[in-house]
Amino acid sequence: MTAEFTPEEVRYVAALARLALTEEEVASYATQLTSVLGHIDTIRALDLEGVAPTSHAFALENVFREDEVIEGLDRDEVLAQAPAAEDGRFRVPSILGEAP
Amino acid sequence: MTPLDRPSAAEVAAAVRSGERSARSFIEESLTQIGRDEATLHCFNEITAEQALARAEEIDAAVAKGEDPGPLAGVPIALKDNLCTRGIATTCSSKILEGWLPPYDATVVQRLHQAGAISVGKTNLDEFAMGSSTENSAFGPSRNPWDTGRVPGGSSGGSAAAVAAGYVPLSLGSDTGGSIRQPAAFCGTVGLKPTYGLVSRFGLIAFASSLDQIGPFANTVADAALMLESIAGHDPRDSTSLPTQPSAYLAALGEGVEGLRVGVISDFLTDADATIEVAVRGAAEALCAGGATVEEVAIPELMNALAAYYLIAPAEASSNLSRYDGVRYGLRVDAPDVAKMNAATRQAGFGPEVKRRIMLGTYVLSAGYYDAYYAQAQRVRTLVAEAFNRAYAQFDVLIGPTTPTVAFPFGAKVDDPLAMYLSDLYTIPSNLAGHPAVSVPFALGEGAMPIGVQLLGPALGESVMLRAAQVVEAAQATGVRGPVAMSEGSAR
Repeated sequence: MTAEFTPEEVRYVAALARLALTEEEVASYATQLTSVLGHIDTIRALDLEGVAPTSHAFALENVFREDEVIEGLDRDEVLAQAPAAEDGRFRVPSILGEAP
Repeated sequence: MTPLDRPSAAEVAAAVRSGERSARSFIEESLTQIGRDEATLHCFNEITAEQALARAEEIDAAVAKGEDPGPLAGVPIALKDNLCTRGIATTCSSKILEGWLPPYDATVVQRLHQAGAISVGKTNLDEFAMGSSTENSAFGPSRNPWDTGRVPGGSSGGSAAAVAAGYVPLSLGSDTGGSIRQPAAFCGTVGLKPTYGLVSRFGLIAFASSLDQIGPFANTVADAALMLESIAGHDPRDSTSLPTQPSAYLAALGEGVEGLRVGVISDFLTDADATIEVAVRGAAEALCAGGATVEEVAIPELMNALAAYYLIAPAEASSNLSRYDGVRYGLRVDAPDVAKMNAATRQAGFGPEVKRRIMLGTYVLSAGYYDAYYAQAQRVRTLVAEAFNRAYAQFDVLIGPTTPTVAFPFGAKVDDPLAMYLSDLYTIPSNLAGHPAVSVPFALGEGAMPIGVQLLGPALGESVMLRAAQVVEAAQATGVRGPVAMSEGSAR
């Protein structure tokens, strides 16, 4: 089975990824990603029953250290890099629509 | 003057430490060369001349007081522009981070500073390190000093070209699927990807966290080892940092390869250019002449690595890049509500390849596809690691080409993402396994462009791998040590 990236799927995935793609991009990504998936599909066919997945080359578990107090980043220096800040916080447009 | 006529990093540091020459004079020389060739090559996103000269004066003052500024005293270096530098713009060659001034330094930046090295600037890359040519940079591509009509490779193309052009003897890149070794091969420099976890990634802007690793570019294997010694070692600020002490890589060099078992990966030779296959066999003969036993070995599992990588890396990237939402740093495109602001910002800030990979990664992680794609890719990753481990039970070092072709012309692959991805065919397996690998320039191929031979080692096998790399280096063809075109002022 060869996967196909349809324009509908491109639009759906773009919404998940918060990308406001143009119609031109939707069309070109549909073609290009279908071609990439065609190559990637070679591994879908492999029988890997019983093979454990690897998420990390050398999984380090439970890395502990002493709790040391160190200087954090300077708040004003960090906020100075934000597109908008107010009262020591990041400022964003409305999240839930107009307040009642 | 070719880069190899210039002093090595070790020679610069020795001259500065002994007071024979000032750090300032080396920085001035570096800046002069950059001033002459940079309009053509575009290696840098930003040149930090003032800071570099000020730091050189500090180093010179320390030497005058009888202090030792460190093993890289006064050595001009260049930093890939995805490494955070406090108060100096760090863009990842993306419009979404243009103008952002990090509030902290990456650990590698701190360590190189403490070792006495002096950064002269931030080098160009494919946006967010996604690409193999620097053509995906939002600020325009870098050019290959050997032939300015060709790409320098990528994603660390600016760092590779900066060393090849003789701007600096050392630079840092990052390698997620070959982004150090492939441009090193294309530009005729040494490029080393260390074992995953050997070098702290604190302050490296994340692309695919289970694969990213920082490493050096240099003109010689010895200089690469010298730089690795300064940056390797545990860092509590990187939770994936291995709790091991780095070895004395430089001291181990020169021990030769007597008795080493070397395997030539036969699967890597079938699709490589004929001249590249000849180069790999020549390098294997040099190891044999040095006293190693050399045999061919088939590791077919490695050929599934590329497909697995193009599932795993975009999946991790789609998650890592969700932080660019117009809230805390970088670009914001205003919109009436947060969701629209996020989407408008990301649409305007990301280039085509970054969006393509975010799309691919989001797709393979989405409901219904996770097991078929992502989990399957992780199983392939296990097979790749196991196959490598079987090979390393038989061999100390493996050898193959770094790339299937030499550096290609601009535009050759830009409209065909899959063709571009295939240039990482031989570098990706080491990233999936977390193993070290190094590209060493060995011969000239098509268009008189350099060919890189790749030495691969098991986890934390850097010392033995670098010894083999140095033997290969000693046998390299004349003419492969530095481009002539730029340095003779005959650039097109």
